Amino acid sequence: MAVTEIQSGPSLLDRLSRPKPVIALALLLWLPLTAYVMFGHRLGSGAQNVLLPAIPATVLLYVLGVRAFRESRVAVIGLTLVFFWLLMAVSAPYLPLMDPNKPIAPFTTPFTERGDLFFWLGTDFKGRDMLSRMIWGCQRVLVWGVTATMVAYVVGAMFGLISGYLAGWWDEIISFVANVLLSFPVMVLFIVILNYLGPSGFNIVVAVTFASAPAIMRIVRGLALDIKTRDYVYAAQTRGEHPLYIMIFELLPNVRGPIIVDACLRLGYTTVAITTLTFLGLGLQPPDPDWGLMIRESARTAMLWKFSYMLLVPALAVSSLILGFNLLADGLREMSLRD
Amino acid sequence: MSAEAAEQVPVLECRNLCISYYTRAGEIPAVVDFNLKLMPGEAHGIVGESGCGKSTVALAIMQYMGRNGAIVGGEILFEGRDMRQMSEEELRQIRGSRIAMVYQEPMASLNPSMTIGDQLAEVPIYHDGLSEREALARAEEMLAKVRLPDPKRILASYPHQISGGQQQRVVIAMALLSNPKLLLLDEPTTALDVTVEAGIVELINEIAEEFGTSMIYISHNLGLILETCDRLTVMYSGEAVEVGDIHDVFDEMRHPYTRGLFGSIPLPGADKNAHPLVAIPGQLPLPHERPRGCNFGPRCTFFRTGVCDAGPLPMHAVPGDADHRVRCERFEEIDWNRDLPKGEAKPPVEPGDVVLSVEDMTKHYLIEEGGLFVVGGSERVVKANEKLSFTAREAETVAIVGESGCGKSTFAKVLMGLEDATDGKVMLGNVELGGLPVQRRNAETISKLQMVFQNPFDTLNPSHSVGSQIARVIRKFGVASKDEEVEAIVHRLLDTVKLPRDFARRKPRQLSGGQKQRVGIARAFAGNPKVVIADEPVSALDVSVQAAVTELLMDIQRQNRTTMLFISHDLSVVRYLADRVVVMYLGRIMEQGTTEDIFAPPYHPYTEALLAAVPIADTRIEKRHIVLKGEIPSPTNPPKGCPFSTRCPYMMPGTCDAELPPLRDFGEGHRILCHLDPAELTAMEPVIKPKSEAAERL
Repeated sequence: MAVTEIQSGPSLLDRLSRPKPVIALALLLWLPLTAYVMFGHRLGSGAQNVLLPAIPATVLLYVLGVRAFRESRVAVIGLTLVFFWLLMAVSAPYLPLMDPNKPIAPFTTPFTERGDLFFWLGTDFKGRDMLSRMIWGCQRVLVWGVTATMVAYVVGAMFGLISGYLAGWWDEIISFVANVLLSFPVMVLFIVILNYLGPSGFNIVVAVTFASAPAIMRIVRGLALDIKTRDYVYAAQTRGEHPLYIMIFELLPNVRGPIIVDACLRLGYTTVAITTLTFLGLGLQPPDPDWGLMIRESARTAMLWKFSYMLLVPALAVSSLILGFNLLADGLREMSLRD
Repeated sequence: MSAEAAEQVPVLECRNLCISYYTRAGEIPAVVDFNLKLMPGEAHGIVGESGCGKSTVALAIMQYMGRNGAIVGGEILFEGRDMRQMSEEELRQIRGSRIAMVYQEPMASLNPSMTIGDQLAEVPIYHDGLSEREALARAEEMLAKVRLPDPKRILASYPHQISGGQQQRVVIAMALLSNPKLLLLDEPTTALDVTVEAGIVELINEIAEEFGTSMIYISHNLGLILETCDRLTVMYSGEAVEVGDIHDVFDEMRHPYTRGLFGSIPLPGADKNAHPLVAIPGQLPLPHERPRGCNFGPRCTFFRTGVCDAGPLPMHAVPGDADHRVRCERFEEIDWNRDLPKGEAKPPVEPGDVVLSVEDMTKHYLIEEGGLFVVGGSERVVKANEKLSFTAREAETVAIVGESGCGKSTFAKVLMGLEDATDGKVMLGNVELGGLPVQRRNAETISKLQMVFQNPFDTLNPSHSVGSQIARVIRKFGVASKDEEVEAIVHRLLDTVKLPRDFARRKPRQLSGGQKQRVGIARAFAGNPKVVIADEPVSALDVSVQAAVTELLMDIQRQNRTTMLFISHDLSVVRYLADRVVVMYLGRIMEQGTTEDIFAPPYHPYTEALLAAVPIADTRIEKRHIVLKGEIPSPTNPPKGCPFSTRCPYMMPGTCDAELPPLRDFGEGHRILCHLDPAELTAMEPVIKPKSEAAERL
């Protein structure tokens, strides 16, 4: 039945499912969002419209994703959670929300009306709307989390390929450095780096790279050690290819499967890490909304049972995003094992 | 069948057995309408190519189908009782005690974290309730029975501490410990070297005699089946197509597929020029794409519309022999007395000048033990290649024969420039290659020397399309650079290897093993090489596809007058296609000469043993029985003197194990490295000879 559906359905979606359109859509989603979050203050009045093209791109990518992952229910649930937050992130400026930084009515509990305004999720101790802060807050976690993970992957994969393929002294040195880095508790490493560099989004990227890249390097190194004994690598060597060509064109495409699954899991860890760092005051700085910041600011007030919603709202938001990443990883692994 | 046997209850009987797997694509019938009757003490062979369902039958007999497989029809009677009616508990009692199984990969059958003694003792402790001491005593006794030296030491060792052949003997001993009625052997020797395989085959035959165990022997190798079995089932695409007494099936085959199989394996007498192999056209159908009627129909030369594709075919008994049954509608119309299909004879190719000459090439590896902070670790030398000397001429095929550890892969690496030679010279034309790593070779030298790899599943990068992988070679070697030209050459190469042009856009996973190997050949010939090294290019392919790929390789070689170095352990293929043969053992050349010289006395004792070890699927051939003792020594610690002295049946103590043998020259490039007197070597009897006239008439 599924087969006939594809044949009679619109071929537009099929054509969009190829790698190139998907990458184009992902860039269309990602570049405006990154620009908005990282350099929003420099964009001036243009900032208002920069996210507009990202909204249809997000919806389209979600549809393509559901089509591609329909075999695995777990993956679809994970994808839905992640894309829900992505959609919130790109459409936040256009939603009818109150200003997330404007104090209105402190200590309003959820589902109550104050004046003409109805507060779905209440307000925090300064009187800022929780719903608005929750939705705006996902932007920074998503952008910095994904950026940090990607940078860590580029660095980790590069060193992993070098160490696995070239072996010898390269491997000895890279593995030794990785072992030293891995021997620090992750949080200690984060705190040391951020204390030294000062708290900011870019420094979070640096810290996450230092903490994650060694583990990524080990995964890639192991895969490279296996793949470099394959005959096609041998064939490339015997036709005199440069080691760089072999690493990038022969090895890298074949390690991507396990790496993508691991990346989804690691996105979850990174989100936790960023939230924790912000909670500790080492990450993103106030006043702009951020989940970790929300937890930090309301931690004391939320001691009272009546105001626990101030903690629960950001905590549930961050949990749902991490759950989304983890389910996606689970689903992808399940699908890769099935074939 | 004698009257006495008729009264006996068969050990195992399968009646109309149907087995299916359930996948996302729906129910896939793996085996359809399978019948088998195994009498006590009988050995029954099941032969077929990959995907024909032979292993599924074995798993069904064990009632071990996994989550997605199920027996959907028929009965399996074990000693007269239907196994499908038995409870899980009863089946558990039977598995491992009454029915035992030996798998292909011995290392995967043994638990790497337990000593062999503990693993063996489990069987009698569990099935016969013996105490641990009694169980260990029985295990030791059994290890001695499977001819393992020093059973006490083996009992105490872990699986990785003994060699592959010894591991397989341990697995067989484990299977025999509870004295089973039925032994299932699923390709038990495929992962082993030929000389080791010969030992296991001998052991299996002895077991049949000594214990009276009934056996089902699953293999893709017809020769092995002939050496071990009484009866034979030939399977094709989930069905038994021919069943009968082994001599009936071998000598009076009545199914076109069986006949095709015999036409595509190189038997003695096949010759690349006068009697080329005949491949079965086409390829195996996928289980869910089987045709209506006869599964072999689309590949069969006797196919007739309306007869062969009418509907499911029953098994017919061959008139005059009720035990010989065949699943063919037209077997009575076909003239079976004609000879096996013969290929077109081709004129022999005259070899030209010397293209490649190897003089005293030596490769030693230095293994340094230690790491980043360990200074002055110990060093060991592995002598991978010792003083190799031979030449290869234009358009000639030189076969390099040897088992694992003989140094043939190291030699290929030195040739291809991935390793430097320690000493000696390798000349390609007038370029010295031995000290020239691939990075320092120019494009012309590299393109002159290319390689075809062994494993079809590894030879192509799964991430790139077939066309782009061939195109890369064309660009790299500067054959062409414009897109249109490159594409034209890719298409021409695909035509040469007889693949459709639109395969250029496909990914390797969409290709079958044989097709991948063809792409591998196209890639090797893309730069118009002078010399092609073919490293067991067909050993991983199915029998019916092997012949097609072998013939293709020879045709391209013939057209381009390429020199081919054919690395192989299979002497039947080597006899078929090689002009000259180099026999290697532990890094040294033991014997070299023309193919006729190698296959006739005088032999080197190792060549003699190799020849005797290769199973031949021909009942008209008589073979001398030579089984080497022991295992191949490790190249890190080779024996003193002659490397073969530890296993040689002619070993002369004091001479062979002390000093290196002299090279004896028998003229025309036939050289043997041996201490034996030339007269003694010449007096050797041929290993393979036709059976005497009298025997044939019987």
